[in-house]
Amino acid sequence: MIELNHVRKVFPGRRGGADVVALDGVDLAVPAGDFAGVVGPSGSGKSTLIRLVNLLERPTSGSVAVDGRVLTDLPADQVRQARSSIGMVFQHFELMDSRTAAENVEHPLELAGVGRAERRRRSADLLDLVGLAERAGARPRQLSGGQKQRVAIARALAARPQVLLCDEATSALDQASTTGVLELLRRVRDELGLTVLLITHEMAVVKAVCDSAVLLEAGRVVDGGRLDDVLTRDDSPLAAALLPAPVADDRVAGTLLRVTVTETAPEADVLRVLVGRLGLAVEVAGGSVETVAGGRHGRLLLRITDGDLSGLDTALTRLRAEGSKVERVAA
Amino acid sequence: MSDWSRIAPQLADATGETLYMVAVSAALTVLAGIPLGVLLIVTAPDGLAPHRWTHRVLGLLVNLGRSLPFIILLVLVAPVTRGLVGTTIGSTAAIVPLTIGAVPFLARLVETSLREVSHGKVEAALAMGARRRQVVRTVLLPEALPSLVAGVTVTVVALISYSAMAGAIGGGGLGDFAIRFGYQQFRTDITLLTVVLLLVVVQALQFGGDTWARRLARR
Repeated sequence: MIELNHVRKVFPGRRGGADVVALDGVDLAVPAGDFAGVVGPSGSGKSTLIRLVNLLERPTSGSVAVDGRVLTDLPADQVRQARSSIGMVFQHFELMDSRTAAENVEHPLELAGVGRAERRRRSADLLDLVGLAERAGARPRQLSGGQKQRVAIARALAARPQVLLCDEATSALDQASTTGVLELLRRVRDELGLTVLLITHEMAVVKAVCDSAVLLEAGRVVDGGRLDDVLTRDDSPLAAALLPAPVADDRVAGTLLRVTVTETAPEADVLRVLVGRLGLAVEVAGGSVETVAGGRHGRLLLRITDGDLSGLDTALTRLRAEGSKVERVAA
Repeated sequence: MSDWSRIAPQLADATGETLYMVAVSAALTVLAGIPLGVLLIVTAPDGLAPHRWTHRVLGLLVNLGRSLPFIILLVLVAPVTRGLVGTTIGSTAAIVPLTIGAVPFLARLVETSLREVSHGKVEAALAMGARRRQVVRTVLLPEALPSLVAGVTVTVVALISYSAMAGAIGGGGLGDFAIRFGYQQFRTDITLLTVVLLLVVVQALQFGGDTWARRLARR
């Protein structure tokens, strides 16, 4: 649904300074119906990337296609039309203060020349969808951050887009509002069959809503894939960013084991062997297990505090052969 | 005090002339100044339709208009006035220099007001598929409206003070009245009365403008 091919974006340097390469040959493909995330530290080019999708920013080279149409080849007039089928939600909401919530939702329809009665009906439906039907007449200044973002989402959906772009949509919100907005995004994706591209610097957001994600660093995609897949890879920088490796307290003695927990390789398998078969005393030295993309994923650090370690290496080799992801941490 | 019956009708006429000059030139100034301000913003290097030369030429004209003392402008545009109105004398003739003097003033204020509309809102409209003129009509102008109202108020007040100079070209009005009856006839009381009258008009306008702007901003 969204396809970026070898996209480069170079901003000319200011006053003879060096040019700034914001994106350095990015490829990205988001299939229809996917909830895709782009994560990366600030300055990695995320914002530029999402603004390229609806050509708010034009790539220096490379192509951008949405729904099979190569936007970078279209004349300005058709780019404008294409934009109306791509909704966008911003970090700072960008609602018009001069309009009520309902009028803000009507705005894109007004631009498209939709008649008043139809606009009214549509904005009422959408405000209902985002749970703000009773605030239709409120001005943005009378709404909380989370409510503003809900109105902005309703507005982004007004022209019945197939694609929704979210530019740090929850970064200006508190925890409770973030959760609410993310649930809403997920729900509208499911109900309307949207394709969503979300950029964020918050890993928790990706874990909460995304099906797939790419990690952007210094203008390049360094890792990416479906989350359930990425999280099973030990060497994945994205997985490491999503589920940081636990750190053990090195003042405590004992042999440490690193376990990568996935849906198909639960830590129970490892514990059964260590505790049940080898009779070792095992404690959790660090780590966490959470539900991401519908499956249990995590990284654990186990510490063997007591017991006979002679059979350990053989047992670990066998566990690995059976699919468990466990290894001894070099002392 | 007997001469008040002689002066009062003249004062009423002068007030009428001032209001006439200010009202007409204010209307014309709004009609020309707002589009000019919009043009200044839109053609700016970071604007919706950057156009360097248009921007520079407009900027130069506006600065020229702003830097000329009004009394000089009054004389300078006399040929234009004659071309438009047929005469350079009278209240109607004074409207021409008043408007020419106030348009650049308002245009700069409009430019400043529009610049304060966040770029994010403009971008949001563009992302919705807005045309440039739609961005101006549905984002820039409505979002800047409270500040535009304040700008127009300041301009109208400035027009009142400019109009006091219109007497110099026989435009009449309160300024002219104060000079002829107050200053030249050593009637300080008449001068003061005129000042009070002007103050009342300005206060009323400023209060009205402020209230309107505040009401818009509270929306």
